[in-house]
Amino acid sequence: MYDGWKIILGLIVFVIIVTLPFTMSIGRDYVKPQPSIDTPEIQKMEKKQCIESKQYMREAHIKLLYSWKDYASREGKRVYIASDGKEYTISLQNNCLKCHSNKEKFCDECHNYVNVKPYCWDCHIEPKVGGLK
Amino acid sequence: MITRRDFLKISAFASLIGLGGSLSIEALEKKQGPQVLKDLKALKGKRWAMAIDTRKFKTQEDFDKVIKACHKAHNVPEIMNPLHEVKWIWTEDYEHSFPGTAEHYISKEVKERKFLLLCNHCDNAPCIRVCPVKATFKREDGITMQDMHRCIGCKFCMAGCPYGARNYNFLPPRDYIKELNPEYPTRMLGVVEKCTFCNERIDRGLLPYCVEASEGKIIFGDLYEPNSEIRKVLAENIIIRRKVELGTQPMVFYII
Ligand code: SF4
Ligand code: SF4
Repeated sequence: MYDGWKIILGLIVFVIIVTLPFTMSIGRDYVKPQPSIDTPEIQKMEKKQCIESKQYMREAHIKLLYSWKDYASREGKRVYIASDGKEYTISLQNNCLKCHSNKEKFCDECHNYVNVKPYCWDCHIEPKVGGLK
Repeated sequence: MITRRDFLKISAFASLIGLGGSLSIEALEKKQGPQVLKDLKALKGKRWAMAIDTRKFKTQEDFDKVIKACHKAHNVPEIMNPLHEVKWIWTEDYEHSFPGTAEHYISKEVKERKFLLLCNHCDNAPCIRVCPVKATFKREDGITMQDMHRCIGCKFCMAGCPYGARNYNFLPPRDYIKELNPEYPTRMLGVVEKCTFCNERIDRGLLPYCVEASEGKIIFGDLYEPNSEIRKVLAENIIIRRKVELGTQPMVFYII
């Protein structure tokens, strides 16, 4: 093998770089995000149920919100009938945030964990806890 | 042994059942699952329009009440510097409201009036044509709407609008809002905003804030509905519109 050491060195560097995400997290504690649903509005509910199933909301809430935006602003459709037949107002501020009034402990919990920075809050007003920036 | 003829019969019958079955399952499924609908209370109109009775606006207070109602509800920032100001509805004098068409020999009283200006929700709106990302668009009911999520802040629409109805957010708007209305969003730095004909209220069956606050001085209704109140006042009074010569078909009428 010509220049064998170069190839092997290259391979070693490659393997180190590829496994970096794993090796770097060795020794670090895994902190599971714990979004809190402990808000006055949710406490009042008999059955603590979001508009759709927990799994669906967890996976697809941004898709749902995005479609809501278009329905409301483009088609003037502002009523959402959930899978269970219940009616909701299509509005982040006037529906979702009425229950989830704890943005920092709910939204931010997972968003920070996965390092996404949704720009909802540039315009939509988060409920008064931290309030205005 | 099954004959060839029987086999064909059976299989034809089976496929029929299969087809019918899948159709009926689909029909059942359509009824379930989430749905998105219009509010039953929503006002219905084909072309929303506004008539402002300029004879009835007498004092500064008459104007202020209307302007404040809109700006407060929609979290419009209050910026004093005219270079950066943001306004959805404002006042202007006769000559600047109706340049070109302003009749020089009209009565002194009319010349001295002030006029409420806002987005004209033109039937043939230039801002819609120039928007490169379709952030500005026409709703079915004629409202010229803007999707703030999509706006890239290119300001083309500001250049396209002959009425100065569009405002760019040069400064972070939240710093200039005294009291936030938590039911409505604000805008962010770098987007354009304007009057939305209160479509969020129309969709809930309510009249625009300015119409409500004017206590009868502004009439709002469906221009395509021959028996509507707005058609009546337009037919019975002398009306002018801003810069009709441009062919934009403004939907805000001024009763003189
Ligand atoms: S500033 Fe926004 S709304 Fe206006 S033309 Fe550009 S993208 Fe469209
Ligand atoms: S129609 Fe609504 S958004 Fe437009 S000026 Fe009147 S109150 Fe403001």
